[in-house]
Parts: sequence; structure tokens; C-alpha cells
Amino acid sequence: MKLFYYCVFVCCLYTTTSAQKCNLSFKGKVTDFHDSSIIIGASLQIENSNKYATTDFDGLFEFNNICAGKYTIIIKHVACDTKRISISITEDTFKDITLEHHLNELNEVIVKTNTKTEITSVEQSLKKAAIDNFTDKSLGDALSTLSGVSSLNTGNSIVKPMIHGLHSSRLLLINNNVRMFDQEWGDEHAPNIDINASERITVVKGANTLKYGSDAIGGLILIEPKKYAVKDSLFGSTISSFNSNGFGGNINSEIVKTYKSGLFAKLQANYKQFGDFKAPDYYLTNSGLKSINTSFRIGYNGYEKGFSAYYSFVDNEFAILQSSHIGNVNDLVNAINNREPRVIEDFSYDINFPKQAITHHLAKIEAYKRIKGFGKLSVQYDLQINRRQEFDLRRGDLRNTPVIDLRLFTNSLQTDLEIDYSDELKLNTGILVRYQQNDAISGTGTNPLIPDFDKYEAGAFATANYKLNFDTEFNAGFRYDFSRIDARKNYNLNDWQETYNYDELFPEFETGVINGTRISTKPEFTFHNFSASLGFSKSFENDISLFINYGLASRMPNPSELFSDGLHHSAARIETGLLTINKEIANNFIVSLERNNDDFGFVISPYYKYIDGFIQLIPVGITTTIRGAFPVWEHNQIDARIFGIDVDVNKKISKRFNYKGNISLLKGDNLSDDIALIHMPSTSFTNSISYTNKELNLLTVSLQNKTVLQQNQFPDYNFNTFNAIQQQDVFVDISSTPPAYSLFNIQTSAVFKAFKKGSLKLEFNVDNLFDVSYRENLNRLRYFADELGRNFNIKIKINY
Amino acid sequence: MKTLNITNTIKLVAILFISTFTLSSCSDDQDDELDHGSEEELITTVTYTLTSGNDVVNLIFTDLTGGSLDDATYEVSGSLSANTTYTGVLKLENATESPAENITLEVKAEGDEHEFFFASSIADLTIEKTDTDVNGNPIGIETSVSTGNAGTGTITIVLKHEPTKPNDGISANAGGSTDAEVTFNISVQ
Repeated sequence: MKLFYYCVFVCCLYTTTSAQKCNLSFKGKVTDFHDSSIIIGASLQIENSNKYATTDFDGLFEFNNICAGKYTIIIKHVACDTKRISISITEDTFKDITLEHHLNELNEVIVKTNTKTEITSVEQSLKKAAIDNFTDKSLGDALSTLSGVSSLNTGNSIVKPMIHGLHSSRLLLINNNVRMFDQEWGDEHAPNIDINASERITVVKGANTLKYGSDAIGGLILIEPKKYAVKDSLFGSTISSFNSNGFGGNINSEIVKTYKSGLFAKLQANYKQFGDFKAPDYYLTNSGLKSINTSFRIGYNGYEKGFSAYYSFVDNEFAILQSSHIGNVNDLVNAINNREPRVIEDFSYDINFPKQAITHHLAKIEAYKRIKGFGKLSVQYDLQINRRQEFDLRRGDLRNTPVIDLRLFTNSLQTDLEIDYSDELKLNTGILVRYQQNDAISGTGTNPLIPDFDKYEAGAFATANYKLNFDTEFNAGFRYDFSRIDARKNYNLNDWQETYNYDELFPEFETGVINGTRISTKPEFTFHNFSASLGFSKSFENDISLFINYGLASRMPNPSELFSDGLHHSAARIETGLLTINKEIANNFIVSLERNNDDFGFVISPYYKYIDGFIQLIPVGITTTIRGAFPVWEHNQIDARIFGIDVDVNKKISKRFNYKGNISLLKGDNLSDDIALIHMPSTSFTNSISYTNKELNLLTVSLQNKTVLQQNQFPDYNFNTFNAIQQQDVFVDISSTPPAYSLFNIQTSAVFKAFKKGSLKLEFNVDNLFDVSYRENLNRLRYFADELGRNFNIKIKINY
Repeated sequence: MKTLNITNTIKLVAILFISTFTLSSCSDDQDDELDHGSEEELITTVTYTLTSGNDVVNLIFTDLTGGSLDDATYEVSGSLSANTTYTGVLKLENATESPAENITLEVKAEGDEHEFFFASSIADLTIEKTDTDVNGNPIGIETSVSTGNAGTGTITIVLKHEPTKPNDGISANAGGSTDAEVTFNISVQ
């Protein structure tokens, strides 16, 4: 209504004051873009003049006696981003101007609070400084410093993160807002992520992030890039690291250019190489790695609209301990009994067989637009190509041919609408379509472990966050996902008809083509997944807050659980998927009591998960082949329960001394068989004391201890096998767990001024200070060799 | 860039998505099931021929599936004579290919990376390897088999890839990975 009067007023002015050259007026109203509320006290200036105006209690301003012409107006308000507009004045003018309150979204994160994925979620983050400590290590290594997070390893360079004992398809890995699809189903498939490309890595425990998927039974790992300030700037950094163990390291450089207009570009590249690592007593022959990573990001970071494009390329080559290549179960017994790897050679940078070679391309383009007084609409397209080649020791012409060669192509289109005009109620809703194609590349000379398939997905979600009052918030959400998988696979006729009875269970999958002992089939499955979340958070006095989350998640079986079929050499086992496997459904409860305070802070976070139809891979029997006897590991479904508690404590002892510690306790039960769950992390705790002197080049010295207790809760899948040479049964102990171990690390760092504005950070670290020989239960190669011995590390980081 | 048109970007994104559907459905690698069919490294047939003059005994193992040995056949053409020395020759084949691939040739060519190991439950039956690789270590494609007194029992033949060479002749101590392991029931008369 006001606007109408002003229009009338302006019109009147127009008719009365014509052609008076320097007697024009420019009036207007300043409102918040976000919720259309009036902005009082905003200052306006006509650039290059001394004409100023301030908005009144109605948000109105007025410039008088101005000449016709083109002007730039600068509008400032204390809580808003400064805005410049161009206006051409030929007559008396009225203009509505909007300003934004969302300063923190445009700049580097200024405010400490509200950086969470969901306000009510239970999460922990690693920031850039902590990520830099792991510049030459992997994502899994970096994350396992957090309480409740452990890792499932294959040797020391293939590290899979695990949250509350769950890994692979049960964790969503979100890289730059793109869900990673890199054949994450395999135990020995580490995520193809270069942590150097990220600014912040967040672990969300529990299943309360419906935006990214309905199957986050274990949780979510969010890898986020930096948001750049809207200003003209050029900066970069280079970090290089050298390690005595493995005689290698890495060099990572990044350069960023930002413009006042909101445009930005970033280029990052990383090269990493290690030779054979060393356990305290011997070299781990064929354990080196080589990795080249690069990423490029460009974007326009406006308030009302913007876009960004991102491309990253990861090329990893991992050598796999030569001693772990075994033929059959007798070879495994020999390896277990010998206690030392059978191949111990001198140090070498060579990457021989067995090895993995993986490339991963990820590209995305994203655009967003804010709608005045309503919210933000964004749309994103992403594309990923993952090529995984696993090389084994082979005979003759196949020597240089991979045993596994898979190419997974994934692309998705998603839109996301955030309705955030109301301070109390914020809604987020979105839809997604995805198409995925796996191509088992021909020419490997083996039957592919994972067959060719096409997968179609569509999903929709809605979450709502309601702020009851200044200290209490509720969150609720719902998500539905449809997925369909069409596969093409040749089965052994005997397996199809006799072993698994598929000819009666799934006659519709048969194509009618039988080629010798192989039957050609086209299995097709459709799944409907529902998931939901409920969250509650409340803040109390003394920086204390409480979070309570419930999450319902369901996950369809992954291609490996459905289709895998064949011999896994490095594990000396036959792995079998089953077409009868159905989805698993999890109920997650997690509570977290937190005190966020530098003097004395803590996080106490108990959790409970009940998983209906938990899909596990366990040994079920023995098959004897021409190569000898192999344990058969089959996927089956049970009811599982996982519960535990994560505790983090930080305490300022004195001005310069700080204490930090955490402990993770977990128990996993197979309720169907009334035994422990396989591959659950044991109790571990970390204590560290650090000394920081801000006056002396920010000198920091810290001593850490990590202790991992022996896992006494494990299912006994040991078995006997007939040894043809000895003509007797031998006992195969694949279940017993290695003893507890305790490791000490020292980290020191200092920062020096360098160049004009830059800085130089020097670090000297020692890992496994006392050169302890130990084995870790969650390392798939624990039967064959010890973990790494002492390592001296030097890091140099230059900011410019 | 400031005049970025959001609708155009959305259109572009949509076109990208649709085009990948089209491209992937046109791609020619969809129907390559046929070349997934063969297990090229498979050893389907192990033939151990023992010859002493006109006395020829064949021990033949066959399993065409490559999977479990439920369908495997063990064929022993006759019994060995007591107190006799036989010349033994091993032949490995992949009979799923046509013509059957002779894998023995590969093993011979990479003799320094392979070795056969023999064990028998018959006490006085001895098997000696008579051939050597480039380093002068035994391979075991050619053997000399000496029988002692009459008896029944087994002969187990193990082919190892990358064993420690030289070794003490016992497969368990030689490390490496097992490519084939076959046991025959035999009798010495």
C-alpha cells in the first residue's frame, strides 16, 4: 500500500517538475532480500560525491537536487553485504533496493555457530589445519583421529573409513556436494579422494542427512570446499612433506584468484609417491604407492544468483603386499603360521603385482538463484567415471592384464529448494534422478566379479527445521528413493540350478541362452526405499547443548552383495553374492551432550542402532577347486545391533598446556545367531598433551598416545581343511584377533614470516616413536605382516 | 558473468543429463557378455603320464567348470609296477578353449617363477624332478618316479607360482601361490 502511495507521489512529482536539469529527486526503500523486512539505518552514497542518505524507520531514503545522469549508488548496512547499483536518472525516480543479511555465506565462515549440516545433527569436523597434517596420507587416516571413526585397511595405503563399525555402502561420501560412486562396495576399495582439495571434512554420525540419500546407515562424510570472500585477491599455498618410512612424501600446491564481482577460480594439484614401507623388523615388499591428483574450480559467488563448476581427477596406483598373494587355504595357513611375510626384499620404489590402479573423474556444475522473500533454488548436474583395475600375479600372456577391470559411470541431476524466509521454520526439499552404468571391461580373461549393469534412481526428500525459541530446535524429514538395477550376468549352470536353486526362484531372469556350462541371465531388481529423521537440539547455560536424533534408513543391496561371484586372490577366498538378498533397514538413535568451551569442553555421545536384514559377508564353508581349497564367503542377512559411546574431552591445563582425549566403546551383535558381529572396531582411546607458545612463532609441541585394545568380541569362523600333501586336517585360524597395542606420536610445528604477507610453517613429527611391532584387527593383511614402524616426517607449508 | 542466466544453466544441465543417457544407450559395449564367458587362466586338465618301456600309466584330472570339484573326474589308467622307475611327464591344459590351450608351455617359459611339488603317501615311492629352469633350479614338468614295494595311497601334485627358489622341495616351505593342486589315488603292485 505504501508503495502505491509512493508511486502516486512520484507520478505527481513527475508532472510538476519537468526538464529542471539539476532539481531531480531519487527516492527509494531498502528491504531485506530474504524476508522483505524493512532495513533501518542503511547508509547510501552516490559514488564520487558527498551526497549521503540514511533509511528511516520505514526503510525510506531520499536524495534531492541531483542532476540527470548515470550514478552508482553504494548501499551499506552493518549486518549486510555492501551493495552497489547503477542507476540512470532522467526524471524523479523511486527504487526498491534489497540488501542481504547472509554475510557469512559469502565470506569465509566468520561465525562459529551454525556451521553444522543440520542444526540438530551429531557431527565432528576436521578443519584445514588438521587436514594439512594428513597431506601425504588418506582420507581414512585423517578421519580415524575422530572418536567413533575407525578404518578398515588393506595394507597401509588402502584405508576405508568406518563410522561406528559400518563402512562401504553404509556411509555416504559427499565430495563437493556430489555423492561419490567409486565402487565403494569392496572392502579393499578405498575412497578416491584427495584430501588436499578440501577445506573441511565433517563426519555426521547417524542417519540424519536425508538431503544426500536414504541409505546412510552408518553416517555421512562431507567434504567441503572453501567459500571465498568477495574481494580482489590472489593467494595460494604449497605444502610438501617428506617421510623416512617409505622414503617418500608429497607436494601439494593451490592457487586461488578471487574478484570483487564474486568470480573466483582455484587450481590445485598434488603428487605423492612412496616406496616400500617398513615394519619395525622388515621391509613390506611391494607396499609403495603413486598418486596424482588435480582439481579445478571456477564460480561466481553472487548473493542472488551464482554458479560453480568443479572438476577433479584422481589417479592412484597402490602396490599390495606381495606376501599377501596366496593361492589357497594351505598357503594362508602357511602365512599365518610363519608370522613373517614370505617375501622380504630390499627397499624399492617399484610397484609390482599385485596392485590396484584406479582413476576417478568427477565433474559438476551447479547454479543457484535466491527468490526474494522465499528461499533459494539450486540445480546441479554431476558426472563421475571410475575405472578400477586390479592386477594379480598371472601366467604368460595375461601377465600385464588386470584380473578385475571395471568402469563405473554415474551421472545425476538434482534440484534443491531451501525455503528460509521465516526465522522459525526452514524447509528444504529436493528431487534427484541418477543413471549409473557399470561396464565389466572385456579382455581380462576371467569372469567379472561384478557384472555389467544399468541402474536408475529417482528420489525426493523434504526436511523441516523448526526453531521453537532461541535455544530449542526441532528437525524432521522424509525421503523416498526408487531404484532399479538391470544386470547381465553369466552363471555357472550348476550354481544356477543346483547350488542356489535360482532356476526356480528367478526363472524370469533366464534368457534361454546356455553356452556349455554357463547360463546367460538378466537379473532385474526394483527397490523402494523410505527413510525418515527426527532431531532435537537444546542449548543450556555454560556452552552446554544437547542433541537427540532418530533416523530410519534403508539401503538396497549393492551389486557386490547381489552378484559377486568368484575368487578373490588377495583374500584367498571365494566371495559370493546372492540374488535373494533384500534391502536392510536401520533404526538409529544417537544422543550427544556437548560443551563447546576452550577451557573445558566435552562431547559425550551414546548411540544405538538396530539393523533389520543387516547384510554381512562371512565364511560359510569350503570349496575345493583345481587351485586347492578355499573358504567360501557368502553374503547373508541377519538382525544386528550396534551400540556404544564416544567421548571427547578437552581441557586447558595452563596458559600454554592443553589436554585432549577421546575414547570409543562399541559392541556389535549378530542377534540372529547370538554371536558378535564380524569386523567390529575394538575399544580405543587417545590422549594428547600439547604446548603452544603464541609469542614464540606459534611453537607447538604435542605428544599423543593411541591405544587400541584387543577385540575379544568376535565370531569364531575358524575351520579345518584337509591338507592333501600332509594327508591330514589342518586348523585355519582366520578369526582370532591380534593383541592390544599402544603407539606414541610427537608433533612439533612453528610458523615464521616469509615474503611480504606470507608465512612459512615448519613441522617435524615422529609416528610410532618406540617402533612398536603390532597388527591391527581391521587390516585385511594382518595375517601376513606387521603394521608400519617408526616414521620421521618433515612438512613445510608456505602461504603466499 | 553477472548477467548469468539461470534458466540457461538449468537447460544446459538438463541437456547434459539427457545426452549421457542417449550416448550410453548407443555405446557398443553393451552386449559384450560373450567375451566375458571364458576363464582364460583356467587349468581344466592335468595329465601325468608315467612311462617305463611299454608300461604307460596315465593319471588324468578333469574339471571343466573351474569352480568346485564336485564335477571333477580322476582317471587312473592302471596301477604302477613295484620296484620300477618311470619317466613322468606333466601336461596342463585349458580345455574350455578350442583347441585346448597347452598351459605347460607357459609354465616352462616362466620356469624360474614356477615349480611343481610332488608328495606321496606311499612310503617308498620317490619322485625326482629332472628338468631345470634358467637358473638351474628344478621345475618338475619332467620327473623320474621310482616305486618300491607294493602298496596303495595317493600322489599329490602342486603347481606353485612364485615360490622361493631354490627350496627344500616341500611345498609348504616354498611359499608362493598355488595354481593347481590335484590328488590321485594310486596303487603299486
